[in-house]
Amino acid sequence: MTIARFWRETPRRYNLGGSRCSVCTTVYFPPRTVCPTCTAHRQSLGKMEPFQLSGEGEVVTFSIVHEPAEGFEMQVPYALAIVKAVEGPLLTGQVVNVVPEEVKIGLKVHATFRKLREEGAAGVIHYGYKFAPKEEAGTGPRAGREAEPAPTPALSPDPSRARA
Amino acid sequence: MRDVAILGIGMTKFGELWDHSFREIGIEAGFQALVDGKLGSHDLGGLYLGNMASGAFLEQEHIAPLILDYAGLAGHHLPAIRVEAGGASGAMALHEGYLAVASGAYDFVVVGGAEKMTDVSDTEAARIVDATADTEWELVFGATLPSLWAMVARKHMHEYGTRREDLAALPVHDHQMASKNPLAHFRNKVTLDQVVNSGMVADPLGLLDCAPLSDGAAAVLLGPLEGARKYTDTPVKIAASQVACDTMALHHRRDLTTMDSTVFAGKRAFSQARRKPSDVQVAEIDDAYSIGGLVALEDLGFVAKGEGGVAMRDGRFFGKGPTQINTSGGLKAQGRPFGAVGVAQVVELVRQLRGEAKERQVAGAQVGLAHNVGGTGATSVVTVLERMN
Amino acid sequence: MQNMNAGIVSYGVYVPRYRITPAEIGQVWGVDGAAMGQGLNIERKSVPAPDEDTITISTEALRVALLRAKIDPQEIGALYVGSESHPYAVKPTATIVAHAVGATPHLTAADYEFACKAGTAAIQTCLGLVRSEMIRYGVAIGTDTSQGAPGDALEYSASAGGGALVIGRENVIATVNHTVSYTTDTPDFWRREGQRYPSHGGRFTGEPAYFRHVSECAKSMFQAAGTTTKDYTHVVFHQPNGKFPRRIGTQLGFTDDQMKYGMVTPRIGNTYSAAALIGLANVLDHAKPGERILVVGYGSGAGSDAFDLTVTDALAGYNRSIGLPVQFFLDGGVELSYSVYAKFRGKIDMGEA
Repeated sequence: MTIARFWRETPRRYNLGGSRCSVCTTVYFPPRTVCPTCTAHRQSLGKMEPFQLSGEGEVVTFSIVHEPAEGFEMQVPYALAIVKAVEGPLLTGQVVNVVPEEVKIGLKVHATFRKLREEGAAGVIHYGYKFAPKEEAGTGPRAGREAEPAPTPALSPDPSRARA
Repeated sequence: MRDVAILGIGMTKFGELWDHSFREIGIEAGFQALVDGKLGSHDLGGLYLGNMASGAFLEQEHIAPLILDYAGLAGHHLPAIRVEAGGASGAMALHEGYLAVASGAYDFVVVGGAEKMTDVSDTEAARIVDATADTEWELVFGATLPSLWAMVARKHMHEYGTRREDLAALPVHDHQMASKNPLAHFRNKVTLDQVVNSGMVADPLGLLDCAPLSDGAAAVLLGPLEGARKYTDTPVKIAASQVACDTMALHHRRDLTTMDSTVFAGKRAFSQARRKPSDVQVAEIDDAYSIGGLVALEDLGFVAKGEGGVAMRDGRFFGKGPTQINTSGGLKAQGRPFGAVGVAQVVELVRQLRGEAKERQVAGAQVGLAHNVGGTGATSVVTVLERMN
Repeated sequence: MQNMNAGIVSYGVYVPRYRITPAEIGQVWGVDGAAMGQGLNIERKSVPAPDEDTITISTEALRVALLRAKIDPQEIGALYVGSESHPYAVKPTATIVAHAVGATPHLTAADYEFACKAGTAAIQTCLGLVRSEMIRYGVAIGTDTSQGAPGDALEYSASAGGGALVIGRENVIATVNHTVSYTTDTPDFWRREGQRYPSHGGRFTGEPAYFRHVSECAKSMFQAAGTTTKDYTHVVFHQPNGKFPRRIGTQLGFTDDQMKYGMVTPRIGNTYSAAALIGLANVLDHAKPGERILVVGYGSGAGSDAFDLTVTDALAGYNRSIGLPVQFFLDGGVELSYSVYAKFRGKIDMGEA
C-alpha cells in the first residue's frame, strides 16, 4: 500500500511545485528544506519558499528503455530523459508523444499530465508529470497561424504547494 | 590510528547457487577467511556484514547475528553488524571493519559480504536493485538502474565522442579474465560484436553491458598490521579506505558524466596511501554497467576526463599499460551479488598482491585499488592495498 | 433574467496522438473496413496511449483553456467532468483534474454520466451556478476513452478525446442565449455495472434514439429562441459517426457550409462526451464576433441538450494561439496496427501475471 506515500507528493507530481532559496534565489525540484548552494546551509533554514516550475525545459540526456520498470511494460520501448527546466533544476521523466528515435539531446519539451503507475486492476492510479516535445509555432499544422510563442502547458499556481 | 592488514580471504562461487542458502554461503566465505588467516574463533572481535537487501530478497532482516549464529559463534556473544550502501555495501562493510581495527576498538574482525538474489523472479530482483537509485524522483517515472547509466553513456558519447564499441571493450575484457577464474559467474568469452549487438536493455546499453544478478559471498579477515606475520606469510596492508557520497538522484549531479563521489573517494584514498594512479598495478573497477567502469577510470585519475573511450579502444587497462583492471572478471563476468561485490574485489586484489592469482597473475603487483559504487554514484568506496614485503 | 450574457470564457481541447483506420480494424475481423469507414464517414479514430485516460485528457484540455484566458484556477467555483469512461467507478475524476490544474480546495466538483451528453449536461449546471452568481467560473469537461467490443460495429468509431469549457460572466467570448433539453427513457445504448464494453440496440440507436432526440431538441430551440436554421453561421451536432450528424443537419435544413467546422468525427472518431465540445471548439477556432452557433448534443438513454450561442467582440482579446488548435488533432497523429492498438487498449488477455 503506497497510497499515502504517493498522495503526499501530488503537489510536486501534478504541478511541479518546487522551492527557491530566498537567500541565493536558486530553484530546487523537488523542494528542499535547506539550500545546498548557500555556503552555510543553516542560513537558508526557514527561508526556502515555494516555487512553481513552468514545465518548460530541454532534454540533457536520454535513453530508450527496452527492459522496462515494473508497470511500464505496455509502453516499451519508451524514452526516458533528464530534462533541464528553464528555471534551472534537472529532473527525470519519460518523453511521450514522440517516436523514440526522434528524441535528441537539446529537444525542447514541456510537462504533460499522465498516468505513472497503477496498483493493479483494483488499486489506486498514480498520476504525474511526463514530458512531450513542444509543437513549434509556424511548423506543421500550425503553419500560417500568427507567430505566437510556442504553446505552453497550463501549469497553474498550486495553492497546496504550501505543503512543500 | 594503527595500520590494518588483511590476514585471510575467502569466497564462494558466484552465480546461480540453487542448492545453497544465504546462511550457507555467508558461513562458507567467512570460515575460509578465518582458516586462511589461521585465526581461532575465540580471538575474533566482531563481524561486519555487507548486504544490500536480504529483507526484500529473502524476507529476512537482522542477518548479522544470523550468520554469526550459524557460524557456531552465537555462544561467543560477539558484536555482529550489518552494513548497507546499495551496490557498495561490501566495500562499506570493509570500511567499517577497517575503522574498527584501526581505532583499536577490536583487534580482529571478519568482514563479509553476501547476497542471495536468485530466490526471487528477475523482475522482482530488478525492482529491488533499482531501489538503490531515487525511488520517488527517478524510479516512479520509469527509470531503472540500467537506463540511468545509459543516460550517463549517452551524455558521455555526446560530450566526448565516445563510441558504442568503446563501451563494449570492457565487457569483452571482463569475460576474457573470468574465463580464467573458476569462481566467476560467467566463464565464456564474448566478442566486441556480441556485446555491441546484444539485446537492448536501455539504449545505448545492451544486455552484455550490464552485470548479472548473482548469488555469492566473500570475506576477509582484518587485524593489526603489527604482528600480522603470525597469521599470514604475506600480509596485505590496507593503505587507504575512503568513502564519499553525492546526490541521490543522477539528475542532481554537478556533471552527468562525472561521479564526484568517485573523484573525492579516489583523491582521499590516493592521499591517504601516498600513492598516485600510476603506482597501481592491479585495480578492480566497479563496472556493473560498462559506462560505469569507463567513467570511473576517468574519475579516479587513471585517464583524463573524456579519454576513457579512447583508453578502452586502445586496451590501455587490459595489459598494455602500467595498470591492469578487473583481473577477476569484474562485476560484469565474475558476477554481481550486490553486498559481496566490494569484498570480492578486495579478495581478488589480495590474491594478486600475494602472487596467488595463477593464470590471471599480474607480474610484480605491489599496489592494488578497489572501487565500488552504490546506485548511480551516490556512494563510492575506494580501497588501496599494498603488499608487505 | 439576470446575467443573461453568461457564456464561454475559454475553451481547450486534447486528443491523444494515436490513430487507427477502419480498414486496419476490418482486416482483423474479415470485414471490408474501408467500405465500413466510408459508410460511417469515419477515416480514422483516435487511440489513447497506455498512460492516458479521461483524467489526463481532461487535465490537458483544461490547462490549455485556463492559459488562454489567463484564469486563476483558484477562481474556479465548480468543476464537472462528464464521461462514460471514468477510470474509477467510485472516486471522482473531477477531484484529480481540479488538483492537477490548481483549483482545489475551495470548489465543488463532481463526475457526470449521461452516455455522450454528460459534457453538455455539465455546461448547463455551470451556467446555472454562474448566472445565479453562486460561482465566478465553472468548468465543464466532456471526455472519453470509449471502447467498443472487439469486432463490434462500435469498435470502428469509439475513440478518445476531451474538451474543456470555462463558463463565466466576464470576458465571455460566446454568450449562451438559450439552452433547452429533450429527455426520454430510451434504451438504445448502455453498459451494465461491471461490464467492460457497452451494448447497444443496433438499428434502434437510429430513428427512435439519435434522430428523434436531436431533431426534437433542435426544434424546441428554434421555438425558444425564435430562430430558424438561417440564423446560425455554424451548427454542431453530437456525432457518433460522420453520417448521422450530416443526415440530421440536412433534414433540419442546414447547409454543408454551416456544418463544416462542427464536424470532427470523420478525422478522430467518436469521442463520445467530448464530440460536441470538440466540434464547438473547432467552430470557435474559426469563428468571428457576431456569428451565431447552434450546438445539439445527444446522449443515449436518452437525451439531447441544445445551446444557442453568439460569438462576442471579446474574442478579439482572446488568445486562441495558445495550445493547439483542433485542426492540429484533425490533421496529425500516428497510425497504429491493430495489434498495437489491442495492446494499448487492454484487449490482450495478459493472464494473472
